[in-house]
Amino acid sequence: MSNAAFPHAGHRPFLLRLGPTGTVFVILVPVVAILMVAGNLLLPPSSSFHVPAHVMSLVGKYLCFALLAMSVDLIWGFCGILSLGHGAFFALGGYAMGMHLMRQIGDRGVYSNPLLPDFMVFLDWKELPWYWHGFDNLAFTLLMVLLVPGLLAFVFGWFTFRSRVTGVYFSIISQAMTFALMLAFFRNDMGFGGNNGMTDFKDLLGFDLRSDGMRSALLFSSAIALVAGYLLCRRMVDSKFGRVILAIRDAESRTRFLGYRVEHYKLLVFIVSAMMAGAAGALYTPQVGIINPSEFTPANSIEIVIWVAVGGRGTLVGAALGAVMVNFGKSWFTGALPELWLFLLGGLFVAVTLFFPKGVLGIFGRRLTGWPLSLGMPGRTRPRKPVEDATGD
Amino acid sequence: MIQICQRAIRLLLLLAAILAAGPFSANGARAGAFEDALPVLTGKGFAAVGEAVDALAASGDPRAIPVLEALSDGDLYYRESDKAVFLARKGGEGYLLTDPGTGEAAGTGARGDFQKIKTNNRLRVKIRTALGALGLFSPDPQVRIAAARSLFMDPDPALLPLVDDALSKDDDPGAREALDLARAAILIKAGEASTPADKVAAIRILSQSTSQGARALLGGILLDDGEGSEEVRQAAGKALQQIETRLSRLAFVENVFQGISLGSVLLLAAIGLAITFGVMGVINMAHGEMVMLGAYATYLVQETFRLHAPEALGWSLPIALPFAFLVAGAVGIAMERGVIRFLYGRPLETLLATWGISLVLQQLVRTIFGPTNREVSSPDWMSGTIEVTSGLLFTTNRLWIIAFALIVLFALMAVLRYTAFGLQMRAVTQNRRMANAMGIRSGWVDAFTFGLGSGIAGIAGVALSQIDNVSPNLGQSYIIDSFLVVVFGGVGNLWGTLVGAMSLGIVNKLLEPYSGAVLGKILVLIAVIMFIQKRPKGLFALKGRAVEN
Amino acid sequence: MGKVRRLSRTLAIAGVAAGTWFGATAAQAADTIKVGILHSLSGTMAISETTLKDAMLMLIEQQNAKGGLLGKKLEAVVVDPASNWPLFAEKARELITGDKVDVVFGCWTSVSRKSVLPVFEELNSLLFYPVQYEGEESSRNVFYTGAAPNQQAIPAVEYLMSEDGGGATRFALLGTDYVYPRTTNKILRAFLNAKGIADEDILEEYTPFGHSDWQTIVSNLKEFSSQGKKTAVVSTINGDANVPFYKELANQGIKAEDLPVVAFSVGEEELAGLDTTPLVGHLAAWNYFMSVDTPENDAFIEAWHGYIKDEKRVTNDPMEAHYIGFNMWVQAVKQAGTTNVDAVRQAMYGQQVKNLTGGVAEMHVNHHLSKPVLIGEIQDDGQFETVWETSGTVIGDAWSDFIPESAKLTADWTYPWVCGNCEKPKYLGN
Repeated sequence: MSNAAFPHAGHRPFLLRLGPTGTVFVILVPVVAILMVAGNLLLPPSSSFHVPAHVMSLVGKYLCFALLAMSVDLIWGFCGILSLGHGAFFALGGYAMGMHLMRQIGDRGVYSNPLLPDFMVFLDWKELPWYWHGFDNLAFTLLMVLLVPGLLAFVFGWFTFRSRVTGVYFSIISQAMTFALMLAFFRNDMGFGGNNGMTDFKDLLGFDLRSDGMRSALLFSSAIALVAGYLLCRRMVDSKFGRVILAIRDAESRTRFLGYRVEHYKLLVFIVSAMMAGAAGALYTPQVGIINPSEFTPANSIEIVIWVAVGGRGTLVGAALGAVMVNFGKSWFTGALPELWLFLLGGLFVAVTLFFPKGVLGIFGRRLTGWPLSLGMPGRTRPRKPVEDATGD
Repeated sequence: MIQICQRAIRLLLLLAAILAAGPFSANGARAGAFEDALPVLTGKGFAAVGEAVDALAASGDPRAIPVLEALSDGDLYYRESDKAVFLARKGGEGYLLTDPGTGEAAGTGARGDFQKIKTNNRLRVKIRTALGALGLFSPDPQVRIAAARSLFMDPDPALLPLVDDALSKDDDPGAREALDLARAAILIKAGEASTPADKVAAIRILSQSTSQGARALLGGILLDDGEGSEEVRQAAGKALQQIETRLSRLAFVENVFQGISLGSVLLLAAIGLAITFGVMGVINMAHGEMVMLGAYATYLVQETFRLHAPEALGWSLPIALPFAFLVAGAVGIAMERGVIRFLYGRPLETLLATWGISLVLQQLVRTIFGPTNREVSSPDWMSGTIEVTSGLLFTTNRLWIIAFALIVLFALMAVLRYTAFGLQMRAVTQNRRMANAMGIRSGWVDAFTFGLGSGIAGIAGVALSQIDNVSPNLGQSYIIDSFLVVVFGGVGNLWGTLVGAMSLGIVNKLLEPYSGAVLGKILVLIAVIMFIQKRPKGLFALKGRAVEN
Repeated sequence: MGKVRRLSRTLAIAGVAAGTWFGATAAQAADTIKVGILHSLSGTMAISETTLKDAMLMLIEQQNAKGGLLGKKLEAVVVDPASNWPLFAEKARELITGDKVDVVFGCWTSVSRKSVLPVFEELNSLLFYPVQYEGEESSRNVFYTGAAPNQQAIPAVEYLMSEDGGGATRFALLGTDYVYPRTTNKILRAFLNAKGIADEDILEEYTPFGHSDWQTIVSNLKEFSSQGKKTAVVSTINGDANVPFYKELANQGIKAEDLPVVAFSVGEEELAGLDTTPLVGHLAAWNYFMSVDTPENDAFIEAWHGYIKDEKRVTNDPMEAHYIGFNMWVQAVKQAGTTNVDAVRQAMYGQQVKNLTGGVAEMHVNHHLSKPVLIGEIQDDGQFETVWETSGTVIGDAWSDFIPESAKLTADWTYPWVCGNCEKPKYLGN
């Protein structure tokens, strides 16, 4: 059974290598997405199986969060880097897409300015800032969605990994990074719409964002992005490269002594993860209809980590599941129990860390995952250590 | 023009009345003027009240002083039934009344029967001038100084003879200095009425003063196109320059002080975390909520005082300190025993659990106390400013907070160093197994250490309640800064926390005038991120093995 | 054996999850008239918005006690958007399509309103927005029951420049860095320039949300005000940051006589967290003060204290806005005989409700109210004392006359305009 832990890469068909959970995930996500699209587009609103529009954008949002959670799981679950600033990459991707959507509004804004978004008109800006150029082109935008978070991750990771900032120190300064970005984006002078951010988007590729067809397309794209993200992550962690990053997670110094350039591996995983987060953000913006600096708040980034923990760290599918579950709970309870939901949410986080340290996926059959969960939870595999080592983990 | 004349005539009358009465005596006040003026107060509108203020001032009657002060403070009421005026203070269900004529208590009155006599800012200025005039001859030099200062703030040319008279009789050096300044201010404001030579002399006196008020007066001369004398303009320009040089030097000192004060706030917020996170390795995201609990404990103590012993409200803060410590400490111990002790060795998971706890605590406080801010008042000994030198003002509450932060820090160091508990704590953090073997119950040491860190956070809450909102969100605004301070200073080192907090505070404040508040903060954050690259373990890293893990 | 079972188990979990999504959307039968309440009950805005939720619940309860509406009971649907702006849009959509509410009362911050606006327009539902705001917006689906800049900011500055207000000729415009202060200050600057005040006598400064260290800025204010001209401060500082700001003012000994501060976002609720003794004389401009002595206001305060069961709770301007908005909506529904959005919207125009502070509020075709403007001084008991008020009511202006791009726009939602931001009449259907 434990042999299943490291399926022999390359010798078996790809889908089999994913293991049962992975297979179900890869099949189920697109199927559910197709069913929902069909339920939305084909069935009349009177049908009890009709999927209403608000469910469509809700599920679309969950899928974006799932992809975001997976990106965090890739670095935290497999490389041991706990980023408390991943919301920043997500938000940057979202902003890039938001800028494209703003440019698409054209002269349909309230001041009817063909070139400048409304918030620039009201700030008395006469011309488009240089960094807004090019975003009228979708291909350029999509490139930026990946490049901007990737570049930030590269710069930030290059410095921090090279100077061997690890563990909690990394977490805290990544939090400082997103906090600084939040403050920066709050400034109206930055030219990103300040506190209000960007909203009132009209259309994408000429299609109305409020149409059912567009919603379906975005939902389906999110599902595809999620599956693609999953396959990419699995590809990375199943390869030899994946073994090295696992080694880094479990014994960084030892790996370094064995001759691996630890910082290069970390940097690459970090950049890939940031790009995934950026893609998730880009899909998120048109579906929720607003992007603003509150996406940068450190609390958001902490919450992403919690989704991963709830679903099961180091399992990828679990991270996605955790994101969907926690957010579904949030949507549900903020409506059903508006006064009490924070107690439930807070209690859930405590309960998960105390009683289900392997997350939801750990409760439902550990064999299912096709991945040894013990590797996902380093704390459990090692004896309890003296406190002094705790912060240097 | 007519208005000015009227005003001058009124003030001359006032002057005549006061001069006739002679200083230090009420006997000569025009008989009945005070009594006549009181009913005017009950007239409708601000104009009527203004007339009454003039009349009261003109009465020259010392009994007018408390009446005017009460009017300015909003403590003057009249009875609706017979329009009798009273000084009133809220007490119990109704008002505690004082008769303005006799100055004696006049029983109590029900709230519904009385109307407050309203004032606005314009009237307050008028009252201040009137009080200044009335107080110039008080037997108490402090009152005379205050009176002269208020004349300096609102110089009225018609009062010049009065000030001259006061100057000729006063021999208190403090009062004379204040009177000189007031006289100079009046001369400058007098326009055509004073000669250029007078003005230049006045400017010379003002140029010695380092105050915003003097600078405003001098600036006023330069702005005034009516000021024809080139000599005066030049003198004013020169004096202004002198004052500005001194002020800008002081501004720097003040800026550093503000930096230290911000640093001490950061220090207070971070000390508790330096224990729970720095020493124990728990990424305690609920730390901010401990601060918040401390602030709410302060609120509870103050409410109790307000209900049962309003006269001793000034003592509420010292009493809140141990209470806040115990409340936050108890919650901390409960957290440690209930949750955190199962998570040692998994620091990143303590982050998740404590984050959950922080959500629960916030919502709990919101449910119990409501989402709105709670009022925590500042005791008298913490309000106001202290004038260090002329023109350099330090706010008292900031000074207290700086002192308090340092006291807490050094007390904590002493506890760690000189007490048995401190010894056990250090033993457990340095080598748990050995400590266990020596008979230390490490579990309980853990619990009390966490309780100590939380309790100190609670104490910080008492101090922060003085400068910030007491609301369920209080803790959230300090948590990121606290972590940055601890990490920047070096985990596990209290000196590092001190230096870290102070340097962040001072740098932030020195940047702020140039970059603005937001950009300054961003720059500081970037600087910290860059600094951590250079010294990954902070300013004062604990000496450890060469290789991590 | 295991594989199939494992697979089916996983599928089952996924199925349950998917099922609950669908379940969440099942609509319920409409035997009541549903009123959505979209105010944050947690997060940073809970401090202000929770009170409004309670006020709405009280108004609905009162209406039900009067026999409901159109023979049906009103039912409040409360959700918590948790001070999270995208969640506002999500919850709005859920209220309208999931809960099928007939009207929504909610939002506080501009960004939350901007976030839900497309949703209300897409689904053609009605939002009553009760807070003073920056203007520069007009939607046919939103009724703005709070003050527009010309109903708050401009009268306040006029007062400061008057003899009674101290005759200020130099102004510091202090605000939190977001759209409301930016727009308000832009309008004020244009207004002050028009009044002959030069740009060097205007200081504009912005701070982040929740700014808590005001030492530097208050020192700057002292310096700015000591240049020989009578100076006043206009504050558009947002919620949380006000308490530390006023505490710092008091500590540095700035008195209202010397440097009055007039605030547009500080009401009774914000002052409840402060010892106001050192602040006496500082000002605020609103359309409502709790201290105003009218029979309507007394009845409202009494009802509020009875409902919330706490004699110490205060009332404030946005609560009055909800009071007016709710009663107007009730009247409009009665007049239209239906809760149909288009019918109710038409019936709203010209609806009149008595203000709590005297006079009558009327809903205009630009979706703004006419209201009186009051200037109040802070008192030592945390209340405001009215020191000045407009002689009549002022009509809210969606597009400010002081911003060139917006001065030419007109908001009018009745034929032949049917347009919120046009320069020429626009007819239905094109």
